[in-house]
Amino acid sequence: MIRINITSVFVDDQAKALAFYTEKLGFIKKTDEPAGGARWLTVVSPAAPDGVELLLEPDGHPAAGPFKEALVADGIPFTQFAVDDVYAEVERLKGLGVEFTQDATDLGPAVTAVFDDTCGNLIQLAAMK
Amino acid sequence: MDADSDLFKAIGDATRRTILDELTDKDGQTLFEICGRLAMKHGLASSRQAISQHLAVLEQAGLVHTRRQGRYKFHHIDPNPLRSIVERWPIDREEPNP
Repeated sequence: MIRINITSVFVDDQAKALAFYTEKLGFIKKTDEPAGGARWLTVVSPAAPDGVELLLEPDGHPAAGPFKEALVADGIPFTQFAVDDVYAEVERLKGLGVEFTQDATDLGPAVTAVFDDTCGNLIQLAAMK
Repeated sequence: MDADSDLFKAIGDATRRTILDELTDKDGQTLFEICGRLAMKHGLASSRQAISQHLAVLEQAGLVHTRRQGRYKFHHIDPNPLRSIVERWPIDREEPNP
């Protein structure tokens, strides 16, 4: 049976990304191996250390920059993370200086919010009701 | 020549009126948030491109202004053009006599 083991975000700087994803978001570093000029660098949630890994992928390809900029300009989060309480998580992350383009918003079936990961991406937080 | 034609065209569409409702609920939204609210709260299945065109019509009428903050673009409501409607057809503040 095919399974999802890794999903990726394009980051502009792997060291900065690792700091943000671990220190602010609370993920744990899982794999950190040299891979060509970059690192095979993944993080996991402490809630699922053997679950899906998030690969912090360098955005050096010439198409990656314009792609990310166009999404961010329209406020589009390409990646989503789940939390139990979006309102509480928004408060916690704002306290750590994280910038939101959309505050916690009740959309009926879900509460969502959108923040800037400082590595060129917007990320959606969601809690299904 | 009717100088208000852009205004009446803009508010003559139900989706555009809903966009104005949502911007009244919370001013300053990205295109993504507006699309999310229309889809999830109102069941409107318009494409992102269609919503973008609706916003352009509202902007043309002066009812919506966009503001670029860093790398993001936010949409703000400006109800001021609606003033021309009540100035043109003043609302009597007294109770009307039957």
